[in-house]
Amino acid sequence: MLRLEGIGAGYGAAQVLRDLTLKVRPGEILCLAGRNGAGKTTTMKAIMGLVPLSAGRITLDGVAISELPAHRVPKAGIGYVPQGRRLFGELTVAQNLEIGLMARGSPLAVLDAALDLFPRLRERMGQRAQTLSGGEQQMLAMARALCLDPAVLLLDEPTEGLQPTMIEAIRAAIRETRARGAAILLVEQRIDAVLSLADRIALIENGRVLDTLEAEALRRDHRRLERHLGV
Amino acid sequence: MEFGPHLVLATLEGAVTAAVLALTAVGLSLVFGVMRVVNVAHGEFFMLGAVLAWWVTSLIGGPPALGFAAALVVAPLLVGLLAAAADMTVLKRIDYDPERTIVATIGLLYILQQVTLMTYGADARPVEPPFNTRLAIPWVTFAEGRPQLIWPWGLGTTSYKLAVIGAAAAVLAGVWLVMTRSRIGLLMRATQLDRDMALAFGIPVERIYALVFGLGAALAALAAVLIVPISQAHYLMGGDPLLLSFIVVIIGGLGSLPGTLVAAILIGLSDGIISVFFSPTLAKILATLLVALVLVFRPQGLFGLRAA
Repeated sequence: MLRLEGIGAGYGAAQVLRDLTLKVRPGEILCLAGRNGAGKTTTMKAIMGLVPLSAGRITLDGVAISELPAHRVPKAGIGYVPQGRRLFGELTVAQNLEIGLMARGSPLAVLDAALDLFPRLRERMGQRAQTLSGGEQQMLAMARALCLDPAVLLLDEPTEGLQPTMIEAIRAAIRETRARGAAILLVEQRIDAVLSLADRIALIENGRVLDTLEAEALRRDHRRLERHLGV
Repeated sequence: MEFGPHLVLATLEGAVTAAVLALTAVGLSLVFGVMRVVNVAHGEFFMLGAVLAWWVTSLIGGPPALGFAAALVVAPLLVGLLAAAADMTVLKRIDYDPERTIVATIGLLYILQQVTLMTYGADARPVEPPFNTRLAIPWVTFAEGRPQLIWPWGLGTTSYKLAVIGAAAAVLAGVWLVMTRSRIGLLMRATQLDRDMALAFGIPVERIYALVFGLGAALAALAAVLIVPISQAHYLMGGDPLLLSFIVVIIGGLGSLPGTLVAAILIGLSDGIISVFFSPTLAKILATLLVALVLVFRPQGLFGLRAA
């Protein structure tokens, strides 16, 4: 289980996260929902060790990953799909996936399983990542993270800017990853995505978790979520 | 000597300059490309390579080839280790901040230069080449409408100079193979493309930085070992390679290895040809003018990518 216990983090003097606490269980999708600037992406970066903590700690199955150097965090079993994909654009699809495999020394079977979710990537292995379409790039970003065979998968707006068919493919992959037992922390702005994917939803504002709710409750009363997201 | 043979001679001299310059500049380009560090001390790593080559060959004695072969291994290795240590103790501590690393490497430049002056002295010292057979180059003239092979006086080179060109080409091919075909090269390129994502995929970025800084310095030192039998080792010899390397890297495109190579050949050959026909000073003036033109009309360099 991934636990964030009273964490504080920010950029220089600008404090973004303040005493933020949440947990993500294996086999569930926890969605972080909040307005722009609430601290969702910073939470992801703090988990990955890319933003230093000023308070609190982060543990994965009892291991304090917030005390590890950033490059050791993925080795502990955390895969990251950042906002905007951030692929290694000049490298080929195969090289991007190889970097994912190298992160934890995963066997080739893990790559096969990732490619089974996105069979289109098999035809693009020699192509540079920056030449793929937006949807294919998102598939590659997901597959690269899945190559770590992660216990926890962090997804920051994975369907942003994609056409409907691609969105469905990504959502199906997210559900499949949950079914394999991974804990998924998802940042989403789209209410339909939040309601269709999440098991629980953490409402975040000004760097704090205001409330964590079962998704079922919000499906019955999604105006509360709309109010919170400011849409 | 007629114009044709004179041009061949100048081109050969330029090719030697280009070969050594390409090695030195690729080291600088590698460091900037992967680490975004402008290493002002790069010329001093070159100088240290030459001084260590003198030291190793003097220490070993015996046949020149033996000492030179040892210098080819020892000097780049020691300089590379020194640079990696400087990275870990200085650059890492200032978090590779672009402005502060410039100041830090200026400091490193003066430390290396003055320590060399205090220990090695101010004299320029020669290193004997491992072999140095004189090779005459034939020229074809037409007498009474028929081609005739002649051996113009002064048209020639040495086996050592040709070996320098060959060795530099082999090392550059090796660097290219490492960067494009090896696992460590893949990690370096990933770090170059996105430092944070490299960390997020378990790449030990700080170790990669130390390796790259050491490798860049070792390439400069290797270039110096190759050229020192032709020039001489002196504690102030780092200035010209630094200036020319910056010229090459700016023209080629910061961080672009193919661009660096093409620009090194362009600058090296033009430096050799203009120096022979006119003067070395004019060659430097024209190279600097070319940099100014590139900065005005194509700031990203010939092969660099325009910033988004």
